[in-house]
Amino acid sequence: MWFASPDEVRGRLTAVDYLADDGIATSVFLAGALGKPLLAEGPAGVGKTQLAKAVAEATGARLIRLQCYEGLDEARALYEWNYKKQLLRIQADDGAWDDIFSEEFLLERPLLRAIRSEEPTVLLIDETDKADVEVEGLLLEILSDYQVTIPELGTITAMRRPYVVLTSNATRELSEALKRRCLYLHLGYPTPERERDILLAQVPGLPASIADQLARTVATLRALELKKSPSIAETVDWAHTLLALGRTELDEALIGETLGVVLKHNSDQVRAAKELGLPSRS
Amino acid sequence: MTTPGSLVDRHVGFVHALREAGLPVSPAEGLDAAHALMVIDLAERETLREAYAATLVKRPAHRPGFDLLFDLWFPPVTTGAEGTAVAEDAEDAELPELRERLAELLMGDPADPAFREFARAMVGRFGQVQAAPGRQSWFSFPVLRALSPETLVARMLAAMLAERGGLPEKVARRHIARTTEAFTEAVASDVRRRISEESGVEKIARSAVRPPIDRVDFLRATKEELARLRREVYPLARRLATRLSIRQKRGRRGRLDFRRTVRASLSTGGVPLTTHLRPPRPHRPELVVLCDASDSVSTFSHFTLLLTFALREQFTKVRAFAFVDTVDEITDLFAPGADVLDAIGRLADEADIVRFGRTDYGHVFERFAERFPDAVGPRTSLLILGDARSNYQVPALGTLKRLAGQARHAYWLNPEPRAQWDTGDSLATSYGSVVPMHECRNVAQLAAFVETLAS
Repeated sequence: MWFASPDEVRGRLTAVDYLADDGIATSVFLAGALGKPLLAEGPAGVGKTQLAKAVAEATGARLIRLQCYEGLDEARALYEWNYKKQLLRIQADDGAWDDIFSEEFLLERPLLRAIRSEEPTVLLIDETDKADVEVEGLLLEILSDYQVTIPELGTITAMRRPYVVLTSNATRELSEALKRRCLYLHLGYPTPERERDILLAQVPGLPASIADQLARTVATLRALELKKSPSIAETVDWAHTLLALGRTELDEALIGETLGVVLKHNSDQVRAAKELGLPSRS
Repeated sequence: MTTPGSLVDRHVGFVHALREAGLPVSPAEGLDAAHALMVIDLAERETLREAYAATLVKRPAHRPGFDLLFDLWFPPVTTGAEGTAVAEDAEDAELPELRERLAELLMGDPADPAFREFARAMVGRFGQVQAAPGRQSWFSFPVLRALSPETLVARMLAAMLAERGGLPEKVARRHIARTTEAFTEAVASDVRRRISEESGVEKIARSAVRPPIDRVDFLRATKEELARLRREVYPLARRLATRLSIRQKRGRRGRLDFRRTVRASLSTGGVPLTTHLRPPRPHRPELVVLCDASDSVSTFSHFTLLLTFALREQFTKVRAFAFVDTVDEITDLFAPGADVLDAIGRLADEADIVRFGRTDYGHVFERFAERFPDAVGPRTSLLILGDARSNYQVPALGTLKRLAGQARHAYWLNPEPRAQWDTGDSLATSYGSVVPMHECRNVAQLAAFVETLAS
């Protein structure tokens, strides 16, 4: 049992500076209680990966991370035989043909490590949408039964189910089969009230009035039709920037000067400056 | 498992309603939700909502419809059981007092429970209207008319800001707009709840749910939906681009890469055990877009233009032409780095596309062939966006046939439902016989089309 109730989730995540709303608290609780993987989807920089780290930290579990990328395959995700070592063993001892497929020659990769782990483990499968579609098929077996079949060794079943978090930026739709096996959590941009609390938790020393102004300004920016809306991570960067500049008042000139921290496209900056009536920088 | 019968019925009814509203809820997911109900505290309504959402709703586009149905199936209160202090206050307070109270709430946090309670109390007080002789019904508009939150804006701004103008006012206005929207939604939600209490929840559920955003008809989208659609352009373009590049990578393999093959053979003693192939040359068509900019279909053509320019990297070259009854090139408006929303705004002013203001496809095709004879070549995909309603003018089928013949491919996207083609002044079949015509009513259909186009 990972958590006893959604309220406990909220309390323990807050203790590690991750502010959970109702949706996050409930799905994190359910993922533990039902033993199902949690799929967190949403734009970049809203705290998807951070959520998995926070769960690991809050529960004192070990975090195992599988970073997905194009071309990720079984050998990198699951396990691989250590060919070089096997070859050496055969050369050294002619009678060794039988025992080169044993524990000694097995290279554990994140998925196998998470399954075989005896201590509580949080398995983070990051940016699942970046991996090829075949990897999803591989994940399906592991996520539904929590077991791995290695032809030479047999089937390995998890002694202790890992807590699985998958994240996705939705650059492509994950397959229905994978989604069906997961609990789904959509992480979007927070309300200004929640973002202010996040700022206060993440940026120590930030005056509450600035946090409030920042959160509301970012909400106003997000309401514009921009190519890329500022993420929470960028808002936090913005707060750090202002703190580093030693400014305690957020005025239009300052916003205009530091807009590049949150808006990374020139056309977005021009648009924001125009719509918000900021002094132009050029 | 001993679950009270009524809860099981509610659960089954709710899952059924979700399916009716177009959410793909599998039986396994329904079971997951039931399992979730066993471990959570059912008295916590928001936990219940999120538990259902986590197990049943796997696409963000489905969330608004889900929330609406959840509020109907699991209402926060039932009439007669409210009895809160807020409600009692509202019973006998005068209107100016109520407006004062509303202004205070709109300046605060909409997540405050008092916010919804107040909305409910206001529906109870103002929302009931004589719908027909002897029949009472509930509506949102009398509530909003009585309280008229939009006339409170000036007062709220004065209370929130020391001085008007500039960024602080923009930020304050944004906050008020957000809370006002939340209030309107709270009122509408309570109105739906009261109606469902009186005439049954299934009936209202069917009429109340809007389709998810990628199924919204371009020609019938509301203003808010259009704004949301435009916001979808970049994510959609990114999704499409990823899918297209995946497909290109796994499509046909390229020619033998001699150098890499020989180099790899060194580790196997000069025997080329594995061959390496060059990556295939990506096929990138040139795209010429001819789009109808008249009012009847402009929402559709603007959205499609935005999307084609967001997908620019997938094509070697994109040229765009707009027309109403004459045609002009608008590619320059969409130069890289330019603000495309601006471009759409400028389109009507700067491009020479209107003579008399009534769409005339025939004249447009003639004029296009005459003014831009080199636009369409053997490497071009020609894309025509419009409803093929030509106000009974000469269709100029011959010219269109010639244009289509010059192009590598030609497509026509029609935002009207197929059932309305050929009604009135629509020339869908005649044009469709020359250029294959596709129905393209919503984002889902458009995305499917773009995939076939660039592959």
